[in-house]
Amino acid sequence: MNSEQNKKVVIELQDVRRDFKVGEEVVHALRGISFRIYEGEFVTIMGTSGSGKSTLLNQLGCLDTPTKGEYILDGVPVRTMSKSQRAKLRNRKIGFVFQNYNLLAKTTAVDNVALPLMYNSKYNARQRREAAIEALKAVGLGDRLEHKSNQMSGGQMQRVAIARALVNDPAVILADEATGNLDTRTSFEMLVLFQKLHAEGRTIIFVTHNPEIAKYSSRNIMLRDGKIREDVQNDNIQSAAEALAALPVNQDD
Amino acid sequence: MNFINLFKVAMTAIASNAFRSFLSMLGIIIGVAAVIIMMAIGQGSKESIRGEIAKMGTNIITIRPGAERRGGVRLDPSSMQTLKMEDYESILKNKKYVTYVSPEVTASGQCIYGANNTSTTIYGESLDYLSIRLWSLDDGDFFTEEDIKKGAKVCVVGATIVKELFNGSNPIGKNIRFKSIPFKVIGVLRSKGENSWGMDQDNVIVTPYTTVMKRLNAQTYFNTITCSAITEEMTDNAINELTDILRESHNIKDGAEDDFRISSQAEMMDTMSTTMDTITVILVVAAAFSLLVAGIGIMNIMLVSVTERTKEIGLRMSVGARGIDISNQFLIESIMISLTGGLLGIILGWLGTLACHAVGLPAIIPLWSIFVSFAVCTIIGVGFGYFPAKKAASLDPIEAIRYE
Repeated sequence: MNSEQNKKVVIELQDVRRDFKVGEEVVHALRGISFRIYEGEFVTIMGTSGSGKSTLLNQLGCLDTPTKGEYILDGVPVRTMSKSQRAKLRNRKIGFVFQNYNLLAKTTAVDNVALPLMYNSKYNARQRREAAIEALKAVGLGDRLEHKSNQMSGGQMQRVAIARALVNDPAVILADEATGNLDTRTSFEMLVLFQKLHAEGRTIIFVTHNPEIAKYSSRNIMLRDGKIREDVQNDNIQSAAEALAALPVNQDD
Repeated sequence: MNFINLFKVAMTAIASNAFRSFLSMLGIIIGVAAVIIMMAIGQGSKESIRGEIAKMGTNIITIRPGAERRGGVRLDPSSMQTLKMEDYESILKNKKYVTYVSPEVTASGQCIYGANNTSTTIYGESLDYLSIRLWSLDDGDFFTEEDIKKGAKVCVVGATIVKELFNGSNPIGKNIRFKSIPFKVIGVLRSKGENSWGMDQDNVIVTPYTTVMKRLNAQTYFNTITCSAITEEMTDNAINELTDILRESHNIKDGAEDDFRISSQAEMMDTMSTTMDTITVILVVAAAFSLLVAGIGIMNIMLVSVTERTKEIGLRMSVGARGIDISNQFLIESIMISLTGGLLGIILGWLGTLACHAVGLPAIIPLWSIFVSFAVCTIIGVGFGYFPAKKAASLDPIEAIRYE
């Protein structure tokens, strides 16, 4: 890890715990998680269901706050922030990519991508549109700007969602099972895109239960029972583009 | 999010559910239109009645006998004989706030000219009568002081009498018979038409009060005394003055009840206005209930909309919308639905008022009713949108984004 000590810390978790009260019982979803993620890392967070994966994602996405411990996002401590402060933080520092795209229905790609900027008063309508077009070009949808969400395929919708995550130039992109709803081929296309973004220096956290994905990321954190079981660097990152090329050609394409 | 963006988002949401939005607007449209039409009819009727009363003279004061008891039994005022010649003379002598005074004695019956007859009322009055009633003659002359002294059998007749008895030909100089007593027609009153409660004001014969008292009724008392105050504003002073004069002349002790009753046209106008106001309020309240129902309709649709768009709310929150952004979005949506409905309602109400006019109903839209409608619509939009908006804002983004 020596090589990363000079790099900027984007995410730092210090003994983060999260308890939920279910009736009389207290469920410990996270039992003391500590790690740092440096700028430019592509981290997969894996674990079976019930391992605390989603709870950790909610913490990282500032949708929830730790019961104990501290979470520092891009130099800002999150635990004591109010709901609206966290909303603003999400708006400026985080790009979400969800499993089921979550695009606004009957809305064009550009408008979908520009959505986060609607909540940032620094952008006017023209700047929003320009930023959205740029983000759509970055995900290879420069020719689909005015298509509505119901006129696009799953892969295209997920690209729009990724563009939306990029549009505010976030400190970290949080992908939640971002390939979960896609077929193998499209999944690889998404991974190619994520690797491209990684190569451009983006920090990406990819939460998944699919061990396959770990091969294409730079670091892999494995959760079990609310604790980190394994946190390893991947010295042998495979190319998603090569894997895609090696796939048998689909009859439909 | 700034208001232009919120406005755009609300517009998009309303447009994407155009029919549903229209249906929830419909309640507001009908409610506002109903309120406006009711107010317009109330206002219109009130003004038409006021106008009607004003035409008869707003400063008229009428003195009637009344409140007399005999052995604890309250008597029918029309059978009372408390208004006497002395009262009339006393008023004439002492009046300051009163301009004109006319004692009135009436008799009803059949009136005959040639082969024609009609049923009418004969009014015995003084010279001041025309001035009090703001009446004038179309033709001929009024009777004179001399006629009153003599109890002369002369009269002026209303337009209805001319029509019924003379078939419209000139009656001046002709003799008509009322209860077998001949009266010489010396003048014709200008036509006044029907008043607002349907009484024909032209079916009258006016003659000196002495004539009716001596020759027709053989009575020594007046049915009423009609006066006019100097101005409408002086009416109250005039009433006080008349009360003092009459109490004095009737020897009523302090603390005892009056044996007469004084009412003014202004009072009557107030009573009519109050009555019309009450009716208007009842109508408007009834219409306002439809607005309340419409508001509940909007709240209902907004609640459905919040549930339907839970996922969208979750998404907006996760990309940085604060609670206030979300609640504003829904609040503006409900305000826009109710204000658009209100605007259409005002237009419909205005058309409705025109339709009322077309069928002859007096209807005037008071300007303030438009402002009130707008204010009410805003209040409905905020009031009934608040709860759904708050519900939307309080959603947990984690649960909302995964809501199916």
